[in-house]
Amino acid sequence: MKITGLTAVALVFGASVAMAEVVPPKEVKFTEDGAVETPVTTTPGNPANGRKVFAHRKKGNCLACHQNSDMKDLPFHGEIGPSLDGVGDRYSEAELRGIVVNAKKALNPDTIMPAFYKDWGFRRVLKKFQGKSILTAQEVEDVVAYLKTLKE
Amino acid sequence: MKLTRIGAGLAAAIIGLAGMASAEEPEIKKLVIDGVEMTVAAPAPPYLENLDMIYSGWLFRSPETQALELDDFDNPGMVFVEQAQDMFSTPEGTAGKACADCHQLEDFKGLRTVLPRVEDDGKLWTMEDYINKCRTDRMGAKAWKYGGTELTSMVALIGLQSRGMPVNVKIDGPAKPYWEKGKEIFYTRVGQLDMACANCHEDNYGKMIRADRLSQGQINGFPTYRLKNGKLNSVHARFKGCMKNIRAQPYNVGGDEFKALELYIASRGNGLSVETPSVRN
Ligand code: HEC
Ligand code: HEC
Ligand code: HEC
Repeated sequence: MKITGLTAVALVFGASVAMAEVVPPKEVKFTEDGAVETPVTTTPGNPANGRKVFAHRKKGNCLACHQNSDMKDLPFHGEIGPSLDGVGDRYSEAELRGIVVNAKKALNPDTIMPAFYKDWGFRRVLKKFQGKSILTAQEVEDVVAYLKTLKE
Repeated sequence: MKLTRIGAGLAAAIIGLAGMASAEEPEIKKLVIDGVEMTVAAPAPPYLENLDMIYSGWLFRSPETQALELDDFDNPGMVFVEQAQDMFSTPEGTAGKACADCHQLEDFKGLRTVLPRVEDDGKLWTMEDYINKCRTDRMGAKAWKYGGTELTSMVALIGLQSRGMPVNVKIDGPAKPYWEKGKEIFYTRVGQLDMACANCHEDNYGKMIRADRLSQGQINGFPTYRLKNGKLNSVHARFKGCMKNIRAQPYNVGGDEFKALELYIASRGNGLSVETPSVRN
């Protein structure tokens, strides 16, 4: 991974939450392939929390659509998307971040998979979700850190 | 270029190639209620470009839930139908009349199959509209709440008179603009999750979404008794629930948008049997 401005900041200030710098959804930069190289917050992702966000019905709810052998303890794995077993081998961190931030840019413009870090450009959003992304910057990094642990 | 990879990525690529064909056809079983066989699978009407077959939501439910619809004694929705039967013969309002003073239930045979439809006033009328019109204009009674238990139970009682008959709503002539409007709603992505009805009920029916197997979102069985909330649910209440799940601001229950959507979705089931009252989870 390239050392970018933001990660350099992270290196200087360590993982201090107070100092975390967040890239707002509208300012996220995608590569031509739809990858996102710069973390959306300077606080490093926490895979254990990412695992929770992945399963949580009001957060990622990734399990609604994806099978994941690492979560055999939980019932009801969905079948809408591919199994995420080994996804940490198939994609780089930047690619995984792009997929979570906005799968329409990273995978397929017509995908059913929601963009998890986008807070504008939707129609008829329920009031309490208006102007908000499904996941926070930290939750995005946590999920990405978790996806990196899914190796065959 | 997008990021699809070998592995499960390859599977995704194959799904991608097949386009809409990622939906999965259900196992076809026979549904016989009270000795009458229902049409639960039929060739899709020609105006449904993306479907070959249409299926009753019954086919997608678990055997336990399916069983509850086989016999009216087991069907928990019938309790509400019986309550509606009492209401049908109870006088209400300033005119002191009951529905039964002017109607016989058998006269409603076939009505469910053609609603909603456009009336002489150029407006799209649902079953609910007809009933409430009789209450306000002919009985001098208050309109029942759209989507409420009384109205929905009465809709079920009248719908039951057409059980086993094929849905056959009109989509042309004066119905055309309403149908087009409903179609547009069906295919428009909404909400923070940015999905259209079609993303779930056309592209992915037959697949599990968490604990639920997605159906085609047909309404031939409505009003439907849901085990989840233990009551009869109107068509519009179901639409509302699906919109809220994708974090979209629902249209008004009983409003023009949902009526248009009801017509469009009813037309997606033209050829399936009226199954009222159905049982779902
Ligand atoms: C509504 C269903 C849905 C939800 C919810 C969903 N996804 Fe997906 N996901 C898909 C689909 C469908 C694909 C396949 C891409 C396509 O549509 O072409 C996919 C693809 C992916 C891929 C690429 C997999 C591969 O092997 O190519 C990853 C990684 C992924 N999703 C992660 C997630 C994560 C993490 C979450 C939760 C934060 C999530 N998904 C939530 C439907 C969903
Ligand atoms: C005073 C007589 C009267 C009463 C009472 C009455 N209706 Fe009606 N209803 C009519 C008339 C007249 C029409 C329009 C002509 C027709 O189609 O039968 C009608 C139409 C309808 C229709 C549409 C029928 C169709 O084929 O288009 C329905 C459904 C209906 N009524 C249900 C009810 C219900 C349910 C009640 C009780 C809550 C009720 N009505 C009470 C007189 C009455
Ligand atoms: C995220 C996926 C999703 C979306 C998008 C969605 N629904 Fe649903 N819908 C479901 C699920 C899950 C069920 C329950 C299982 C089933 O019957 O599919 C359901 C059930 C239904 C049913 C009941 C079917 C029956 O047999 O009783 C109807 C009708 C329906 N949806 C209509 C709609 C409409 C209209 C829209 C668009 C406004 C919509 N849905 C959008 C997931 C979705």
